[in-house]
Amino acid sequence: MASTTEAAVGRQGSAARPRARWTRNISAKIAALPMIATALVVFVGGTIWTVVYSFTDSKLLPRERFVGFDQYERLWETSRWIISIQNLLFFGVMSLVFTVVMGFILAVLMDQKIRHEDTFRTIMLYPFALSFIVTGLVWQWILNPDFGIQGVVRDWGWTSFTFDPLNNPETVLYGLLIAGLWQGTGFVMCLMLAGLRGIDEDIWKAARVDGIPTWKTYVMVIIPMMRPVFITTLVIVASGIIRLYDLVVAMTSGGPGGNASQVPAMYVYDYMFQAQNLGQGFAASTMMLLSVLIVLIPWAYLEFGGKKHG
Amino acid sequence: MGNSIEVKDLTLNFGSVSVLKNMNIDVAEGEFVVLLGPSGCGKSTLLNCLAGLLDITDGQIWIKGKNVTWSEPSERGIGMVFQSYALYPQMTVRGNLSFGLKNAKVPQAEIDKRIARAAEILQIQPLLDRKPAALSGGQRQRVAIGRALVRDVDVFLFDEPLSNLDAKLRSELRVEIKRLHNALGNTMVYVTHDQIEALTLADRIAVMKGGVIQQLAAPLEIYNRPSNLFVAGFLGSPSMNFLKGRTVDNGRAFQFGGTKIDLAGYEGGAVLERDDAILGVRPEHITVSTTPVSGPSIPAEVEIDEHLGADSLLWLKAEGVNMSVRVPVEGRLPAGTKVHLGLDIPKASLFDAKTEQRI
Amino acid sequence: MADVGVAAGAMTGPRGAKPKKTLSGRNIMLYGTLIVVCVYYLLPLWVMVMTSLKGMPEVRIGNIFAPPVEITFQPWVKAWSEACTGLNCDGLSRGFWNSVLITVPSVIVSIAIASVNGYALINWKFRGSDVFFTILIFGSFIPYQIMLYPIVILLREMGIYGTLWGLIIVHTIFGMPILTLLFRNYFSSIPEELFKAARVDGAGFWGIYFRIMLPMSLPIFVVALILQVTGIWNDFLFGVVFTKPDLYPMTVQLNNIVNSVQGVKEYNVNMAATVLTGLVPLIVYFVSGKLFVRGIAAGAVKG
Repeated sequence: MASTTEAAVGRQGSAARPRARWTRNISAKIAALPMIATALVVFVGGTIWTVVYSFTDSKLLPRERFVGFDQYERLWETSRWIISIQNLLFFGVMSLVFTVVMGFILAVLMDQKIRHEDTFRTIMLYPFALSFIVTGLVWQWILNPDFGIQGVVRDWGWTSFTFDPLNNPETVLYGLLIAGLWQGTGFVMCLMLAGLRGIDEDIWKAARVDGIPTWKTYVMVIIPMMRPVFITTLVIVASGIIRLYDLVVAMTSGGPGGNASQVPAMYVYDYMFQAQNLGQGFAASTMMLLSVLIVLIPWAYLEFGGKKHG
Repeated sequence: MGNSIEVKDLTLNFGSVSVLKNMNIDVAEGEFVVLLGPSGCGKSTLLNCLAGLLDITDGQIWIKGKNVTWSEPSERGIGMVFQSYALYPQMTVRGNLSFGLKNAKVPQAEIDKRIARAAEILQIQPLLDRKPAALSGGQRQRVAIGRALVRDVDVFLFDEPLSNLDAKLRSELRVEIKRLHNALGNTMVYVTHDQIEALTLADRIAVMKGGVIQQLAAPLEIYNRPSNLFVAGFLGSPSMNFLKGRTVDNGRAFQFGGTKIDLAGYEGGAVLERDDAILGVRPEHITVSTTPVSGPSIPAEVEIDEHLGADSLLWLKAEGVNMSVRVPVEGRLPAGTKVHLGLDIPKASLFDAKTEQRI
Repeated sequence: MADVGVAAGAMTGPRGAKPKKTLSGRNIMLYGTLIVVCVYYLLPLWVMVMTSLKGMPEVRIGNIFAPPVEITFQPWVKAWSEACTGLNCDGLSRGFWNSVLITVPSVIVSIAIASVNGYALINWKFRGSDVFFTILIFGSFIPYQIMLYPIVILLREMGIYGTLWGLIIVHTIFGMPILTLLFRNYFSSIPEELFKAARVDGAGFWGIYFRIMLPMSLPIFVVALILQVTGIWNDFLFGVVFTKPDLYPMTVQLNNIVNSVQGVKEYNVNMAATVLTGLVPLIVYFVSGKLFVRGIAAGAVKG
């Protein structure tokens, strides 16, 4: 509050009362305190804290006994963790590919100047407004072997029809995929549609004058032009996939057999809060962070590193 | 020499809105026709119809003797240049120029030949391996023209190609386009809202308003004998001075407020006695004198004078009407000066106030 | 009009509008695909609602895709007031009110803070402000899991772990990046002249915020509202980590009701409970329509 007169420090145009640099713009700084606090304390501080403590052998409570890479060794020897990583990879890649492809195709269809576009879009997007819990429970019901799709088709006469993904460790991920796609594709479609609509109409005209068929225009002109949209979509979808938790809890609780549909986020939660093994939880979440960084850093470099010709 | 383009009774409605009304135009081979008008007049729409990018509601379009009313743009024998250039951003210049040809399965040797020719005409050889983002506005426009050139067509359509360029570049490229037309001799239909482009480039101008062609004639004809009030006011900068009054003495004179102007020498139709008429005289067809003059003249008072460098503009008030007169630099006068404006009647235009048509 | 040159031949050949076949192959494929896709999307909703309106015998015998022969709202009543979670048997109503209790203040606080953040970032830049913002954005990509425990410790130290306020703060923290981005982008599109004129008139930080920025920002506030209400209502992870059982939001309760009950599963009650939980965000979605789309697009487009 005391305005120390620091002559050397930069001052505003009004020379009447030179103020200290840090008191300039003080209302803004105070108002932004929550943001600053969040950014520094929670995001940076919290992350660093967890990473540091992943090198301890904390159990129920954080303990400052450092044990080097012990937790990580244990982690990678636990089959449950390995399974969860494999699951996430499989689910992640499939989910990414299918949401983007489906979303793009749907966006192309919607871009064809159809009637009732709003109705179609409302229908495709409403799953996005639902909680993953709701989504998971509904699809769990639909995939119920006795009463769901399998049951219905069997009632129709095909008594040997099998469609029970959730109870089979080999196929449980497909069940999750069906539900995940159902929820997320509408969102991707909206992003893609916005991207498509952002393309200069004259490009389409020029392609028509050149005699390029529509499909070729999409493949050779439009999609390359939409690279930024694709990349943004990929990043957003990928960062959502890594966090996959609610859906698994609702649909399969990690099963069948307790492990078949484990995912890293679940592993972290279980060890941190249920199994009272904080160290493992920290190590696992650090691994999650690493995987995000692997996606994020190349993207950030692409987006911001190459911005020399602003 | 047949017609390159014939438009018959072309009508275009968007729902209940009538955008183009019963248009008829013929463009001779090798002619440069400019569609000129304010925004919303339908000029771009007409061009898009000619190109086949818009489906028409009624009428026919013939290009080089072939009915192309239902043909796709690429089958009409046209090339088009867009306001935003519309170059394919991920391809090099060479790629842009060859994309359509490759798609039409033109042999590579022929493609190379055409690109070389276009590049030479447009002076874009050093740019062939660059991408559009690395080109300046003027260069991009040349490539856009090149894309139409390699199509080896007879008709070129231009949709306000210079509007995205700054003034200096615009005048440079304007001359380029004229040179191109002289060198190639293709039929060209050119859309613009800029009257200077129209006046300098066109063999004939079609002045449009509200989906209707107001006048289709050579530039000088449009400038000197505008067929209606709108055309008269649209071309010319500053625009024509309009004096409202009525014709008297059996059409031999024009009563403007308290002054009677003799209409001897008027070049137009039969001037009869009518209640409401408008006399239009261009700023450069009026002389200013501080002393009374013989011949048709009206009194006025100087309000503002603008020094434009090459000459000056005087803004005056006559009978409450604002007028502008172009005078040589030395002819400037201070505000408040009472003057006599001599009107060059043979170069003037008289309009019926109700029909707005030129008499 | 001026007809230069004689048109050779009369109006032969195609004339006027191009014939458009409404039932063209292209259209059939287009609309057909869209309709099939819509069935995929609507099916779960249909099944959810239908199952929730049937009695249990009918559920067992019948086809989940068939509408109820006898409509009953019993499952809904049961779900709301009698369903058992592992701990008690008073249904979802408790969870509903908890969710309301959590959502309303969280939405208000998170939006208030984020809007001020966005405003400060655009109009009152100070040294490092953009750095903090970048950290915020990067932080939004980091999986929550890695920050969970430190936050637990923080809240415990502050004495609010497991309380309503603890959860509100958590929601504010994690909503900050996207909301701040939203507001920042919106405020950056407000002409700077407005701001300068207000400063010339002598207004300060808060004065300009309340008297100029706020009144102009109704659309973006609505978008932020939609994003937050949907996001916070649908949240599960924070609702399970940072609360105590009597504060569990609806989503957590729902999961407990359906997945942790042993013995006979009452599928109709489960579905009724699911519908009830999804009702609020769905209503927000349908009411807000186009604004919802704009909210997504705005949240997704990077500044």
